[in-house]
Parts: sequence; structure tokens; C-alpha cells
Amino acid sequence: MLTRLSGGKVYDPVHGVNGEVRDVFIRDGRIVAPPPGGVKAGQDYELSGAVVMAGGIDIHTHIGGGKMTIARMLLPEDHSAHPVASGRITRSGSGLVTPSTITTGYRYAEMGYTACFEPAMLPLNARQAHMEMADTPIVDKGAYALLGNDDFFLRLLAEGREQALINDYVAWTLETSQALAIKVVNPGGISAFKFNQRMLDLDEEHCYYPLTPRLILQRLAQAVFDLGVPHPLHVHGCNLGVAGNVDTTLKTIAASDGLPLHLTHVQFHSYGTEGDRRFSSGAARIAESVNAHQNISIDVGQIMFGQTVTASGDTMAQHRNRASAYPKKWVCMDIECDAGCGVVPFRYRDKSFVNSLQWAIGLELFLLVKDPWRIFLTTDHPNGAPFTTYPHLIRLLMDKSYRNERLATIHRGAAAMSTLGSLDREYSLYEIAIMTRAAPARSLGLTDRGHLGLGAAADITVYKEHRDRERMFSQPRFVFKDGELVVKNGKVIKITHGGTHVARPDYDRGIERTLRPHLEKYHTLGWENRKLRDEEIAGEGRGRILIAKCTPRQAA
Amino acid sequence: MTVPQAAINRETGKPARAPHAAACPFCSLLCDDLIVEQAGGRVRVLKNGCDRAVSGFENPDGPNQPRLKGKPATIEQCIERAAAILRGARFPLFAGLGTDVGGMRAVLSLAERTGGALDHMHGNALQRNIGVLQGTGWMTTTLTELKNRADLIIFAGTDAVSAHPRFFERLVWNQASLFQLDSNARQIIYLGAGLNTKPGTSPEGRKPLHIRFDPRRLIEIVSALRALAAGYRLQAASIAGVRIPVLNSIVEKMKAARYGVLAWSSAELDYPHAKLAVEACVELVKDLNDTTRFSGLPLGGNDGAITAVSVCAWQTGFPLRTAFAAGYPAHDAHRYSTSHLVASGSADAVVWISAFRAAPPPAAKPLVVLGAPNTHCPEEPDVFIPVAIPGLDHAAQLVRCDSVVSLYLERQQTSSLPSVALVARLST
Repeated sequence: MLTRLSGGKVYDPVHGVNGEVRDVFIRDGRIVAPPPGGVKAGQDYELSGAVVMAGGIDIHTHIGGGKMTIARMLLPEDHSAHPVASGRITRSGSGLVTPSTITTGYRYAEMGYTACFEPAMLPLNARQAHMEMADTPIVDKGAYALLGNDDFFLRLLAEGREQALINDYVAWTLETSQALAIKVVNPGGISAFKFNQRMLDLDEEHCYYPLTPRLILQRLAQAVFDLGVPHPLHVHGCNLGVAGNVDTTLKTIAASDGLPLHLTHVQFHSYGTEGDRRFSSGAARIAESVNAHQNISIDVGQIMFGQTVTASGDTMAQHRNRASAYPKKWVCMDIECDAGCGVVPFRYRDKSFVNSLQWAIGLELFLLVKDPWRIFLTTDHPNGAPFTTYPHLIRLLMDKSYRNERLATIHRGAAAMSTLGSLDREYSLYEIAIMTRAAPARSLGLTDRGHLGLGAAADITVYKEHRDRERMFSQPRFVFKDGELVVKNGKVIKITHGGTHVARPDYDRGIERTLRPHLEKYHTLGWENRKLRDEEIAGEGRGRILIAKCTPRQAA
Repeated sequence: MTVPQAAINRETGKPARAPHAAACPFCSLLCDDLIVEQAGGRVRVLKNGCDRAVSGFENPDGPNQPRLKGKPATIEQCIERAAAILRGARFPLFAGLGTDVGGMRAVLSLAERTGGALDHMHGNALQRNIGVLQGTGWMTTTLTELKNRADLIIFAGTDAVSAHPRFFERLVWNQASLFQLDSNARQIIYLGAGLNTKPGTSPEGRKPLHIRFDPRRLIEIVSALRALAAGYRLQAASIAGVRIPVLNSIVEKMKAARYGVLAWSSAELDYPHAKLAVEACVELVKDLNDTTRFSGLPLGGNDGAITAVSVCAWQTGFPLRTAFAAGYPAHDAHRYSTSHLVASGSADAVVWISAFRAAPPPAAKPLVVLGAPNTHCPEEPDVFIPVAIPGLDHAAQLVRCDSVVSLYLERQQTSSLPSVALVARLST
């Protein structure tokens, strides 16, 4: 059946389309050319005045895996306070800051998002992460496998093994954990914490392995580059949340040495030590460096005021922050000589100097980084705020007077320390379409998503134009997922199962000779069980595997 | 309604399958280094099987006959009757929950549609841990960390092996470890009484330290350790019969450990207010991390308990003891416990699920049992459906005791029995 979306204002930055009135045709889940001679569409949606974009893509959102389920278990109060009743076709659930999986899928779709990516999948927890994502309906999913704190990798590095072997290990990890990209969290720091080291800066040595985070970063970034994995190494840097960490972040950018890097939740890594309270904004310095380094992309990790929970692989940082837990309970786990997990509930308060400045720093980053193709809209859900605050965040970016109204309500000392009030930039719809659709798709290598060109998957969101951008982005008029109408007026009307994006670069399977004896000797899970089978993800009609193309960039 | 029948019955014999690796679903360690073979339609464990594994793999037989009030019936008739019972129930309870991820997904969907409640057969034990997690959080570790790092392991009120027979063989007396840890030199301390401490002797003959006291007084011992570790001086000369210098020597060992582990099994802390003992353990571990590294390790969670609670938590946002009576999930550790729901009569139908082994259902009416074929019911249930064993009769995903690692267990034999997931999907 041919479906026509007619008369909408189309924002498709991949093709330079900036609000032009165009018809979009859909057949068999794909965007197709207008039929010659004006064939009548089976279904016609009259959209005059409405805004048409590709479906939203969240490049960094903690939606699946053990740490989220621990966070769910830790916070029954969040779930009791936010029940979600079942509907005629929808299942029930609960929670605002860590919604249950099924509710998560609905909420993303109802917000016009059609793909979300779990950025911190521990390879040894990958099976559960995929099981949770399989129970997240409608949206496409994908995950980044965590490396850089696992002892096999650290040993390879400490032994000075060749890059080619590291590349093979990275590729094996992508394949066996069914991941799309590779992330490193506090390079070496999660491991160091298990040896009772409490801080680890970029050039500091790990207390057991004669290695620095800089080396770990560089070797992993090289591997991802060599293998041709589309998304650059996804980096949660050293010293998260520490005043003065802006210097570490700048050094990290410099350490990339031209290799592509994606620095995540940079807001948490942009703190200076100026002022009476020894806490200040480093956003301008970070933005200047990002603007100058074409190989760097970032996402912000904006915070919003209110209750949330922070969940991270960074046990070193989470344990350090335990005293700030609100309510006063927290979890830290050492995991499988692989990584770790720390869950600390948190309430950001607009009466707090530090929290207020964090809020301002995030917005400063958004407004000072010039190229929307290299900065993505995130709250590091749920660490800065739940993803459901995105429409509010979009309004803050698009509406200067509203932003300044909000600025007037935060801690005065923080407002005085921030340049936010002097920043006049207002994002356009075109730029929002870049940072929430086109750019994340391009960064992740999803060539048929994030745009509305011929042959693209028909993941399409239609918004009713409204001056209040928060209202506009909260309730899309229509959302199509792979050509099917799944949301109408902000409510799910059809349940589908999205796909799972993975990357599978070629590698030398001879790695098994080194890796298998290591795993069998030291680990507690057998070789066969390390590999997630396709049918575990795509079985029983719960979804399908979507393979992103990898083009090796040099002979490994 | 049709139920797919497996092509070949166990008795008819399949072509033998050569010896191969298999994972064991019969305790929450989920050892996946077993070597099994299939011959004559039966599975035999050749290597690495503990008693629990051998009896699970080799003796799963029982009458494969579904029954309605004790009378032989077809499986279709049984499922129809179960569905009718659920349709007629105002507030059904889905209990036992000895099943795999697929089974839990189907049971959660069924409980939601029927407005029912969910609890596991080890619900009391689970709740002792979950209550602490919800109240204070914790610091814990996983099996591979224990195997490679722990230079001191304290067993608080548990011997580990009663529930997990291969605990020491696989995780403590391992030959090789990362980080040059000499596993023979690990210090093992047992706290409590009635424990099988024999496996705690190292291969070189080094004996564990066993501090004996009334196991119900564990909270006093652990609280005293915590106070001493924090530098307090105790007025008493002894706690639960243990002299203070003995406790002080344990504190010294804990502080000197590079990576200590404190293991407990909430199933074995089975007395009123035992949750407080878990909480004391958890807080002691947190305190020790001010200066060194120490982690808790909650043991137990057999019969699919960890799987059940995990799937329930990610799908509903709550652990077990959750009910859908209001149209959305609500969690109440006391109101939605099996014992309360059955004793009070709040639940007007019970579906009892125990696929890994025969576990007796509670006395309730009407009662539907999806059980291992050899389940003994004190009173004949309204519906009895023998079900397949996950990881033996059908492929299954299960979550390990540490709530982190999960496994895919291949099917090891053909079986005519339906899975819990299949029965639950059809029972609407």
C-alpha cells in the first residue's frame, strides 16, 4: 500500500531540506519516489502546516542492562509514584526516572523517537541487556560494548601486544555481545578501583598494570578506527564530576591525536575551579576545543532539576559520590573482571549552587558548540534527567526568552558565574533535526535512518507546529515506524517490535587461540556462552538484526 | 487450540549425541562446564556434575500425564480448565515461578491480563535481600571477581555448598587466578553453626577458621564486628558466646584483606527479622571500603529465583510480590507474599509453577500446577500439567546468582512436555 504524507513542512538536513513543503511517500516501510502520473495513495495524511522530520534517535540513553534493573529495584518509590496502567493494546508498567522496559518503548515512541542506544553494555551482561531491549517495544535499539577495564584487554596492553590483536579482540567483542559500537568508561579506572585506587587521571598510572588511561584510550580509538566501525570510540572520560576536570577533558581531546572520538555527557566533564566555591564552568574552553577539532563529537548530558538516579559503569566515581546520594542509598558492584556498576540516586536542586551551575554548563555547551552535526541532545538518561525532559530541553535551546526566565530561577551565585544569560543563540528546527536525527544516524552509521531520502526507512515523526516548542515536541501528531503508524496525537496506537543495530567488522578468528584459554582459565562463563546468538535477539518475532556496514580503514 | 507435540518422545530414543558441554539449570551458579552425552533418549552427565546436577539431568522422570482433579486428561483440556479458572478468579496468585526468562515473560503477561499477583517459592529469602537493597543499597561482587581476587572470604551463616555444591571447586580452590593470587592461601572464615565446613579446607590442607555461635545471633556478631571495625570498644566480654579478642582478630583480618568478600545466603537466614542480619552485613562491607576493598556476595536464588525477580523488575519496575489488581503493577512485600495471600484467602486461585524440580504447592483452591512430572501434591490440584525442564527439555535463558551474568542453555533432550511459556501463553 502506498501512503502519502502531503503538505507538511519537511526538515531533512541530510538532503539540505529546510522546512520546504513537500509530499513524502511510503511503501513497504520505506520512503519511495512520488508515483509517476499521480497514482492514488491508499492512505493520505493531510499535513498542511505540520512539521515533518525523520524519527528521533537517542545516541546515549541507559535503557537496558543490569544496572538499570538494579536502579529499578533500588527505587520502588519512583515506581509507586508513577504507575502506568495497561490500555486497550498497551501493557502496564511504572517509573519516571527508570521506567520499566515496556513503558520506556512507548514513551520514546510517543515523543517521536524511533531509535535509542544503550551506551554501556558490559559484555558479560550483554545477554540481559539484549533481553531488556527486546522487551522495549516499537523503537529500534542498539548497544555499545564496554571495554578498557576488562583484564584481558589490560593484559594485552601491559604485555605490549600488537594493535592487530587488540583490533581482533574489539571485533570479537562487538560480534559476541551483538554491539554496534565500543565505549570506554573511566579508562582503567573501574579496574583500578578494584585494586583500591580511588583516583586515576589521564596520565596517571594504574596501580597494578603499568598503563595510563591515555594509552587505553588511544589503543581503543585506533582499533575502532582500523576496524571501520562507524561510530567512533564513545568516551566517558576520567574524573567525572570532579571540579577541575575541564583540564582532563581538554587533554583527552588533544590525546585523540586526530582519531575520531565521541566524548559523552561532557557536561559532567566541564568543571573548572574558579570562584569562592572552587567550582566554575569550563564550557567555553571545552566548546572552543570542540569547535577546533573536527574529529571530536560530543553529547551533553544536560541535567534538569528534580529527582533522578545516576547509573554508571564508573564505580570509582560513583563510590566517590556516594555521600551525595538522595535518598541515602546506593549500589556499587565489581563485575566479572570485566567492568563495574554504580547506582546513586540523586536530586538536582535549583537552590544548590553546584546543581544550578551544572544546569547552566550544559546549556552553555549546547549554545557555544557551533556545529550541530557534532553535538547531540542527551540528558544521559537517567543520570542528568529522564529522557522525557527532552521537549523541555528543546524549548530551552530554541527560545531565548524562556531560557532567561528559567535562568532567573536558579541559584543566584551560579547564575552570576555563568555566561548563559549573554548567549543569544536560538536553535532552529533545522538544527534540532540535525542534532536529534541526522547527526546521530550519521555518527552511528545508520545510513537508512535519520533522513527522509528515497529508500530510507520510513521512521517519520509529524509535529503540529506550535510556538511552545516543549508542547510541540511532547506530543507528535503522527509517528511512523518502518512505515506503520504507531503513534497518533502522542498516544501509542500500534505495538511493533523494533530491530537491533549491530556492527560486525571482519577479524582474524585466530584470536580464539589467545582468548579462549584466558576465558576458560580465569572466567566463570564458558566460551560458547559468551556468544549471543541471533535467535536470542530476533527469535519469537521480537525483532530483527540490522547490520551497520563497517569499512576497514587500514590493514589491521 | 492445539499444543505442538515434540516429534519424538524421550522413551522412543533419539540418535545418540556425542559428549558435549552443557550448562546446568539446577542451581543458580549455572555451571556451564558439564560434559553430558545423550544416548537412548536420555542424558548422562559424564564430567563436572555435582549430585544436584546428576539427579536433575538423569532422573527428571515422572508420569507425563496431565490431570484434571486427579483424572487423566489431555493437555488441551487442562489448559482450557486452567483458563476457565483464571477467567473466574478475581485475584489469582502466580506462585512458585520456577521457570526461565521465556516462562517469566509469558507468566507476567498472563498475570497482568488476569489482574493477578506474583511471588516466588523463595519469596521470603528474596525479600530479605530486596528489602535491604531498597532500604540502603549495597556493595557486591560477582563470581569471576571472587575467583580471581578474594584473599579473604567470610561465610556469614552459610556454607555455600549446601545450595551450590561446586562453589569451592570452581570459585575458591581454582588453580589459576589473575593478579598472582595464591588461591591456597585464601583465608576462609565461617560464622555460625550447623555448617558443612569441610570444603573450606584448602587443597594443601589449610583449615578454615570457624566461629561457632547460635546462627540466629548473626546480627549481633556482625554488628559487633562493625562497631569494632569503626574503632568502638565494647563493654561486653563476649557476644553470642564469642570472646571480643576473637572478634577483634577477625576485624584485623578484614582490614588487612586486599579484596575481601562477605557471602551470605538469605534463604539460610530463616528466622524473624533476619533481614536485619543482611543489613548488618551490607553496612559492614560498606564501612570496610573506607580503607580497603570488600564486597558482599548474596548466595542462593535457586529454582530460577534470580531470573524471576529480574524479568519482573525490568518489565514492571518492581521486584516480585507485585500485583496487577489495580490495572498497573504495585509492589507490597507483605500483602503479596504467597503465605499471606493463601492464608488470608485474598487470592481466589493459585497457579503454582515449578519446572526445575518437584516442589510441593501450597494448599489452595482452586489450584493449577505447572510442575515437574514427579511433583507430589499433598492434595490433588484441580489442574496438573507436567511441564518441560528449562535447559534440559527446551532451550532457556537464565540469570545467574550474581544477577549479572545470564546464560543460554541448549536443549539436551526431546520431550513431549510443553514449556511453562507455552502453557502460560495458551491459558487466556
